[in-house]
Amino acid sequence: MKKLTDPSDLTAWKARLAEQRPVRQKTVVVSNGTCGRASGSSAVIEALSRILEERGLQEAIGLEVTGCHGFCEREPNIVILPDGLFYGPLKPDDIPRIVDQTLLKNKVIPGLVYKDPRTRRAFHLLKDIPFYRKQMRLLTGDNVRIDPDRIEDYILADGYQALSRALFDMTAEEVIREVDASGLRGRGGAGFPTGKKWQFCRNETADRRYIICNADEGNPGTYMDRSILTANPHCVIEGMIIGAYAIGAAEGTIYVRMEAPHALGQVTLARDQARKVGLLGRSILGSEFHFDLHIVEGAGAYVCGEETSLIASIEGYRAVSRQRPPFPAQSGLWGRPTNINNVETWANVPLIIRKGAEWYSRIGTAQSKGTKIFSLVGKIRNGGQVEVPMGTTLREVITDIGGGIKDGKKFKAVQTGGPGGGFLPAEFLDLPIDYDSLVKAGSTMGSGGMIVLDETTCMVDLARHYMHFTQEESCGKCVPCRVGTKQIHDILVRITRGEGKEEDLAELEELAETVKEASLCGLGQGAPNPVLSTLRHFRGEYLEHIKHKRCPAGVCGELSPPARKGARKRKHG
Amino acid sequence: MDELLKEFGREQKDLIHILHKVQSEYGCIPAPAVPRIAEHLNITPNEVYGVLTFYKAFRLQPPGKYTVTVCQGTSCHVRGGAAVFAEVKKQLGIGAGETTADRMFSLETVNCFGCCAIGPTVVVNGRYHSQVRVADVGPLLARYRSRP
Repeated sequence: MKKLTDPSDLTAWKARLAEQRPVRQKTVVVSNGTCGRASGSSAVIEALSRILEERGLQEAIGLEVTGCHGFCEREPNIVILPDGLFYGPLKPDDIPRIVDQTLLKNKVIPGLVYKDPRTRRAFHLLKDIPFYRKQMRLLTGDNVRIDPDRIEDYILADGYQALSRALFDMTAEEVIREVDASGLRGRGGAGFPTGKKWQFCRNETADRRYIICNADEGNPGTYMDRSILTANPHCVIEGMIIGAYAIGAAEGTIYVRMEAPHALGQVTLARDQARKVGLLGRSILGSEFHFDLHIVEGAGAYVCGEETSLIASIEGYRAVSRQRPPFPAQSGLWGRPTNINNVETWANVPLIIRKGAEWYSRIGTAQSKGTKIFSLVGKIRNGGQVEVPMGTTLREVITDIGGGIKDGKKFKAVQTGGPGGGFLPAEFLDLPIDYDSLVKAGSTMGSGGMIVLDETTCMVDLARHYMHFTQEESCGKCVPCRVGTKQIHDILVRITRGEGKEEDLAELEELAETVKEASLCGLGQGAPNPVLSTLRHFRGEYLEHIKHKRCPAGVCGELSPPARKGARKRKHG
Repeated sequence: MDELLKEFGREQKDLIHILHKVQSEYGCIPAPAVPRIAEHLNITPNEVYGVLTFYKAFRLQPPGKYTVTVCQGTSCHVRGGAAVFAEVKKQLGIGAGETTADRMFSLETVNCFGCCAIGPTVVVNGRYHSQVRVADVGPLLARYRSRP
């Protein structure tokens, strides 16, 4: 294909693609994200393509393979378009009857549709399923229409229209003003206003500036970023080109976490496609703007989520964080002004430019705009990736979308914000989810992890789990983080082994405050939060471990499990 | 090695890319490779060691035939991942970062694979196994062990 050298080339391309689109009675879309693959989507794809071929249906019925549809608990699943019928989880053996009955005779197979585990009510269509009904899928809704291998699918979904608008109808300053007016805040966790961050970087005088996409998604229990990159990589690339134009950068880097090989492959393919058609490189769409994109594979260091460490890692050094100021906006990659945003932040940019700040800022709350994607995981019935407008309550997400707690257990708390976040017990369930409410309640938004816990989770053990993680991932540069996290961890290990003393709790609090105050970067400053938060809400559980050498949840192996009702009867009866 | 290094630039920023490439070629970073890389980049072997031991990705010993990676992420943890990890350790008789004497299995941990809704997750040579229970560990390892 010829390079696009004018904005009208893009419009013409889209029109041509729409015209050439094959007319099909039905199209089967298979969700093939990481969870899908782990659950056997390849076998489903293989069975579908074989049976469609055997029946001579390749022309009449389309088969599309896309990224994640979000409903990970129900993988592998398919959506049949145009109606939007949802089947899952599927086995390859289900495919012949799906082809013969549903695709050919339009009959719904009751055994394969979603049934609400509480009401046993069946829902045929994706849009009616409670898991999807309360979501607002501005960023993830197109996933079902986009084969991430094909830039053409993104073009058909209005892809790169926002870039064209930014380059030809707006000045760089106008783009920044639009992003600022939208109220978009950083999705990586800190929630800093994106427009302001861009402006700081643009204001610096320098011979060159850089932009970076932080795709080193390392919070355990979170996977939104890699899902965006695997399902719709071009929306991130488009957001970055627009950002580079606004900031005045000619080069950008996407730093992808090593443990997300699928995302790395997909975004590299997308970058190469964008280069080939002239959406990256010199004179983008015939304008005077040049921009190119590098992709760097991480090497397994959680601290790279921190901006200054990430920069050190791209430069080829140990990923050690450094004192700020100077902020990366002043002196970042190779000493030049650098703007770093998270994957989801970049993904919001095309939407804002295409639909306008006015439209965008109507979504969400007064201070937190737009939607947020969460990884709803842990002891939840409908685990998966959910996108909701800011201001949705925890209860709506956990009960209405997530279907409540698994296996008839009782809700204990939800952990948000990753290893630097906190726990919110039942009395916070009606809290609206936005940056400021979560901080006020003692937790954080983080990048969007939401780990639901039930009565079988031991909070002391979980605090130990987090401290094990942070002390291992501390880069080692500053003493409070390197030594403090280890000390906290060791005390928690003692408590879970039944060797705790009552004065440990005061010591934990003192240590935690010190590490929080004195650490150099976000990793250390956030590290004690799981301890402080569990001490605040679940102090009794600590005391049970210390005073009575008992683990109420029955998790800490070396302590006696809680006395269960009827236990004695069974023993003697 | 010389062929491999020829593909890369000679700046510090090329170091991590080179290490990834060396490891994908040799399965690990062999000790003799370190001074060669250092020479190519005009830095000291110490600096190369400093970087390669900082990052979890790189290993100095070759892995076993199968690398078993057990997810220790929070979602897997609350769904029973710790017990699964303990069982794998018991069955293989090794700890994280070690390889069995017959060089059949290496054991690694990871802090999240990103398929949290279907954990606990165990990955063997890139193949994902989801919702693994303690009882599944023995049969899973046996399946790999008996492969030709």
